[in-house]
Formats: sequence, C-alpha cells, structure tokens
Amino acid sequence: MTQQTAGLTPPRLELQGITKRYPSVVANDQVCLEVLPGQAHAVLGENGAGKSTLMKIIYGTVAPDQGQVRFNGQAVQIRNPHQARALGISMVFQHFSLFDTLTVAENVWLGLDKSLSLDEVRRRIEAKAGQYGLDIAPDRPVHTLGVGEMQRVEIIRALLTDPQLLILDEPTSVLTPQAVERLFAVLRQLVSQGCSLLYISHKLHEIRALCSACTVLRGGRVTGVCDPREESNASLSRMMIGAEPPALTIKPRQAGPVVLAVDALSLPKSEPFGVDLEHIALEVRSGEVLGIAGVSGNGQRELMWALSGEDTRSPAKGRLRLQGQDINGLGPTGRRRLGLQFVPEERLGRGAVPSMSLAHNLLLTRSESLGPGGWIRTGALASQARGLIERFRVKAGGPHAPAQSLSGGNLQKFIVGREIEAEPKLLIVSQPTWGVDVGAAAQIRGEILALRERGCAVLVVSEELDELFEICDRLHVMAKGRLSPSIDRAQATVEQIGEWMSGLWPDAAMREVAHDQA
Amino acid sequence: MIRLEPRPQSSALWTYASPMLAIVITIALGILIFMALDKDPARALQMFFWEPLKSKYAVGEIMIKATPLLLIALGLSVCFRSNVWNIGAEGQFVIGAVCAGSVALMADKSTGLWIVPALMLAGVLGGMFWAGITALLRDRFNANEILVSLMLVYVATMVLSFLVHGPLKDPGGFNFPQSKTFEAITRIPRLMSGSRANIGVPIALICAVLLWIYLFRTRAGFAQQVGGLAPAAARYAGFSSRRALWVALLISGGAAGLAGALEVAGPIGQLTPYVPAGYGFAAIIVAFVGRLHPVGMVLSAVLMSMFYIGGELAQSRMGLPRSITGVFQGLLLFCLLACDTLVTYRLRWIRKGAG
Repeated sequence: MTQQTAGLTPPRLELQGITKRYPSVVANDQVCLEVLPGQAHAVLGENGAGKSTLMKIIYGTVAPDQGQVRFNGQAVQIRNPHQARALGISMVFQHFSLFDTLTVAENVWLGLDKSLSLDEVRRRIEAKAGQYGLDIAPDRPVHTLGVGEMQRVEIIRALLTDPQLLILDEPTSVLTPQAVERLFAVLRQLVSQGCSLLYISHKLHEIRALCSACTVLRGGRVTGVCDPREESNASLSRMMIGAEPPALTIKPRQAGPVVLAVDALSLPKSEPFGVDLEHIALEVRSGEVLGIAGVSGNGQRELMWALSGEDTRSPAKGRLRLQGQDINGLGPTGRRRLGLQFVPEERLGRGAVPSMSLAHNLLLTRSESLGPGGWIRTGALASQARGLIERFRVKAGGPHAPAQSLSGGNLQKFIVGREIEAEPKLLIVSQPTWGVDVGAAAQIRGEILALRERGCAVLVVSEELDELFEICDRLHVMAKGRLSPSIDRAQATVEQIGEWMSGLWPDAAMREVAHDQA
Repeated sequence: MIRLEPRPQSSALWTYASPMLAIVITIALGILIFMALDKDPARALQMFFWEPLKSKYAVGEIMIKATPLLLIALGLSVCFRSNVWNIGAEGQFVIGAVCAGSVALMADKSTGLWIVPALMLAGVLGGMFWAGITALLRDRFNANEILVSLMLVYVATMVLSFLVHGPLKDPGGFNFPQSKTFEAITRIPRLMSGSRANIGVPIALICAVLLWIYLFRTRAGFAQQVGGLAPAAARYAGFSSRRALWVALLISGGAAGLAGALEVAGPIGQLTPYVPAGYGFAAIIVAFVGRLHPVGMVLSAVLMSMFYIGGELAQSRMGLPRSITGVFQGLLLFCLLACDTLVTYRLRWIRKGAG
C-alpha cells in the first residue's frame, strides 16, 4: 500500500517503528501507522493498549525512544503541542481543558495567537460554528454548558487552527447516542474537505460507522490493520483482546421484596459545579439488578453520595429506606451494618488508599479481622485478603502489595470482591467497568449476576449502555439531576434510552403530578 | 547528563536510606563550613559526635534533651500522618510548662510525691487546651491550622512572659522575671545518681511503644492515617475527618504539654522566659528524619539532641557561634527533603545526545 500511495501524494501522517518504554511497561513497541489525507482512521485498543501514549507522541507531549514520524512526507520531530499545531495537528482530549469561570470565547482565545482581539475571536468562532452547524454561543460562561457543549467548544478550538489532522480521544464517552450522531455529521464533513482524522475508541460500532481504516493495538503492539466496515464486531474484538468476550447469561428471576426505596429525594448541590437532585424516586428489589443510565455529570455522583451516606446532610424523613428502615442520618458505617455495600467509581483514592496494602484496604469497609476495641488481627487480615485475591482471581503480589501496584482491572476486581464477599443485602456499584480490560469487565459483570442469583438487590450506575443492557432487569435514566421512570430491559431500546438521556422522557410531568396526589 | 525518572513504585530501600544519606551530606557540608570558618573540622566533629557520648553524665545530657524532642515528635507524627499540619508544638510545650509550673508552685514543705503526677497531668491538659484552640478554629471556621498553630506559639510565649513578669514573679527574686524555684519534692525523679536523666526518658520510650500500637495495630489509628493519605477514601469508609482533626491535635498537644512539664519540673526547676528553647520546632525535623515512625523518631531524637549538645560544646570550647546548632538542624531537614526525591524518583546517567 505504501508503494501505491507514494507515487501519488504522501500519507498525511506516517509513523515508523515508534517505541516508548516506561519504567514498568513498554507502552508502544515498534508501532507503525499510516493515515491518508481525508481519511478517518481509527485506533482501536483496550485501556492500557498504548493508544493514549501514541497520540501524545504525535501531539508532541511525549517524546518517543525510537522511531520516526513523517508528516506529509517530511520527517519531523514534534517536540511540543505548539509545534504540532503549527504543523497542522490538533487534538481534542477526552478530558476537557476549559476554565469554568471564563466564557467560551475567552477559553478559545487563551489557546490562540495573542495578537487577535477578543472580538475577532468571537467572529471567527461564529463563522466556524456556522460552517459546521455547531450550535455554540461565544459569550456563555463555560460552567453553564453541558458536557456535549463543552466538547463543541473543544472542537471549535481545534478547528480554528485549520488542522490537516485532527486527533479525537474517546470523544463519545460523554455523549448521548443522538449527540454522537451530530458529532459524526461534523466529522464526516471535515473528512470530505480533506482533513484527516485519528479517532481513538474502544467502541466497535462507532468505529465501523465513521472510519474507513483502523489500526488495532494490543499490549503496545499493532495487532491488525483493516477496513472496519468489512469486519464484524467479533473479528475486531478478536484483534483487540485476542479472544471474544464470554457471553453472559441472565436467568429470568422473580424479583423479591423491596430492599432500597428512595422516595422523592431532593438535595441541593453541595459544590458550585455540582448538580441538584430533584424528586428522585426508585426501588430496588431483592434478586434484581437495577441500572441507572446517563451521561456522567447528570447527578449520578450526587445520588451515590446520598445513598452511600457520604453526603452527611439528611434529606427529609423517610426519603431513604433500607428494608423498610429509615436510613436517614446514618453514615456509611451505619448503612454498611444494615447490609449496604458500595463500590465507588474512583478506585484509587476513594475505593482504596493507594499506598496502603490490599490487606489494610480491607479495613475500609470490612471488620471481620478486628478484635475487641478495634485491635487489628494482622494474621487474620492477611489471610482474609489472600482468600479474596484467590476467589476473585486478582493478579497481585499478595496481601501486602500496595493498592497502587495493581492494574485498574485487578484493583477493581479486588474492590468489587471486597464488597461482594460481605454478602450484602444491597450492593451499589458505580461505573463497574470504567477503564477495566475486557476480561476483568466480563468477570465483574458475572459476579454481579451471581450475586443477583443469591437474592441480593443490586443498583448499577453506568455510562456504558451495552453493559446495562447486558446485566440489568430494569433501567432508569438520569438527566440533569432527575430520574426517569423505570423501564424493563426487555422493552427498552438504545434509541429510546438515548432520547431519555437528554431528559426527554414522556411522562415526567404526569408522574410528578400523580406523585403529589398520592 | 543525569536525568530524574519517576519510579513505578516508591522505593522501600530509599525510604530508610534517605535519612542516612541526608545525615552524611549534612556532616560533609558541616566540614566545609568549619573549614570556611578556619576551625579544625576533626575537632569540631569530635564536639558533635564524640564528646556527647564520652561519659555517663554526657549521655544523661543527651537523654535529657532527646526526651522532649521525642515526646513532641511522637505527637506531631500523628498530626502529620493525619494531614494535620500542627507547626505550633512549641506553643503547646510552653503552655504545658506554664500549667505544670503553676501546679508545682502550689507545693510547700508538707506536699507529698503526688505533686509530680499532678503537675505532669496539668502539663498534658495545658498542651491539649492550647492545641484544642487550633482544632476549634479549624473545625468551626475552617481557619488554616498551620498559621493558627504557629501564631499561637507567640501568644503562648507572651502568656509565659506576662506570668513571670507579673503574677508568678518571685517576690524575693530581686525583680528578675522568673518564678520561685520549685520545691524539691516537685522535681521529676532522676533515674540514677551522677546523671540528670530522669523518668521522662522511660515515659517517652513507653509513649513510643504506645504510638506504634495505636498506629499499626488499632482500627482507630488506621482510620486516622487513611484521613491523611486519602481523604475521599476516609469519607467513603465513614471515618470522620473532624474526629481525625481533634484526635491528632489533642494527642500532639498533650505530648508537647507533657514534654513542657517534664522540662520545667526537671532540668529547669522554675518558670523563666527561657523555657521555650525551640524543641517544638526541632521536633518537626525529628519527626520527618525519623520517617514519622516511632522507632525512627527515637533515633532521630538522639541525633538531634547530639546536635544541641555539640553546638553548646563548640560554642564554649571552640568559640563557634551558638547558631551553629540551628544551621545543622536546618541543613539536616534540607538534605532530607532533597534525598527524599530518591524515594519516588531514580537517577539515570545518560550520555549526552541520547535524550
């Protein structure tokens, strides 16, 4: 293929033998990549496959140990993002780099040539926005924007440099399915005008919808180059993880009595950029998995704080009931005593203390190895940790390995295992498989289903719709601090849930009225 | 060219080797300073590292100075491990001394030996009270504990000064700003004759053991440290951050107050404006050089005590300025902070041009 194109126009970007070693891992091992002009090229790989490192090398924030980068046929050494932008390379990061207190135009202005006036920047934003049908108001402060809008700001900022190559790192993780379609329309327009795209993702269907070429990475090496439109999900995932993930079976089961009842819970936000919870109502029954879908930042965090007891403010009496008992005003320890175990979304620093051993991390939520007066029986604690490591197949250096020495997937297995092994009456799991490799994700979902079989009530909050459809009996959608009515998984469709994710569920108003009457 | 590279995991070896290297570098820099001052470095080092160990009396002096340093450092380590930055141990030490001294002044010819535990208790309570002010302001008004505790040091010094110039001034003391000399019965019992070392030494060592148990064998101590290492994890587990704040400050205040009591009723024997000798600040260095670990702090307290005595000897015998002790203390902390880089980073020698 190289010979073919070499005669015509050189590839927009060509990487040869890129290698980057970190002290504990080889992030990129002899990676080659070729992006043609006007091509949407996907880089597919699991978390930790080396995608982000590769993009950082292209964008100049990381220097490769070996290998060559060619841009439009010229060998280049990209030392910093400034130089990358000068060459015509722009990047939209997964995590936005916007200042909340500044307006859209001011944020864009910060990244541009300082000789421009703010008015000129505003005009340019409006011109670009009109050209691509991106709806954006230059004078709005960023903190009033939703995540989808923030991403538009990032994209506009990238487009204002008139890039020849635009890198997008997991851009859809914050978007509803409908917003993804709108984003793709913009990207397709860019491609048709000759801009090249490097699109990083682990979502197979998106890659097949957008890209005409795909480089697959696994463990830092290229394991395949293909046209994703001609591949199936199964063949792509074989290249990505080396095997197809095992299919889960969910046995039909009659749900038991209500374990957790949340009744019209309203809580004002406790931080400036938080979300107010409004009239949240849900019930989780024993032997069922209830899912809460929605884009992050719509109140999930706040709801989890309220349910776990970390939010110490009490809502009105009786709003939260665990097995009929009012758990208002109870802290995390008191709720745990009643059988509520919780897996938070942040593993390091919240679910586990990074520098402490796995054994000591057990003590955060478990007290079986404590003697009278809170005496730590170190022998019992170590063997408890060893048992957990074995049962949940955690790859770790033993019970005394510090939590931070584990990979994301293994630490998550340990934390989920710690909560499951307590045989709770109610398990709440937030983002069970965020940043977790496919194998570990399948195992964690399997464990959740096994717990359901044993009659536990499970509440799962997740951004991954596929995951929710895989393990849940019923679904709610969370948007702007409110919760949709629940829908049986069997009756739900991705399109419908996607619509609900923007807060548009049909009977929201009616339900409230009915509730007030009741 | 030397390059610093982050280690994948912090090095267990360098956690303990770093203080050793820091001591070596401090001594090396000390030799350079002595040479620059035209003093014989060998003789100066002898003052610091040999003279203080030469006799039973000298060793007793080391223990006398190491005791308050150790006690205060033990308390501070609870604070620092809990992410509570109590910089005001000096003030808690002074108020502890004031309270203990006030109790000691109540004694007369007929007082029994109970006065000794009573004055030690008064010292503990005084130190706790003073640290409690910091805890209260932090808890209720979110005031910065570093600034509050530090400023309270100066308030404490002023309180002491007011008392020895006024209410507690010795009527028969020719108007010197100092209290009566305490009755003999109030003196902290000595361990043996021929040395000034008193029962403060075993008390401090027992405290070190108790601290070790608290930190590493009880859930309360575990919870305390989680709050310092990962506040979100503490909240998730249900460990109260307010409780951690109060416990840390009360323990360290109590320890500093006890040190003040032992000092004022031990080697000093009366209240004077010279009670604050900088132990509260030096103990911060002791705590960090000892890696906030009870055993480490025993060793670093002895080392720091040798610096004090060595400094005094160097002053009297070699005509070196008294500030040499402070220079050494500062150098040691400075070198330790630099050496600690090696715990999380490693050095790589690379040829020029390669990177």
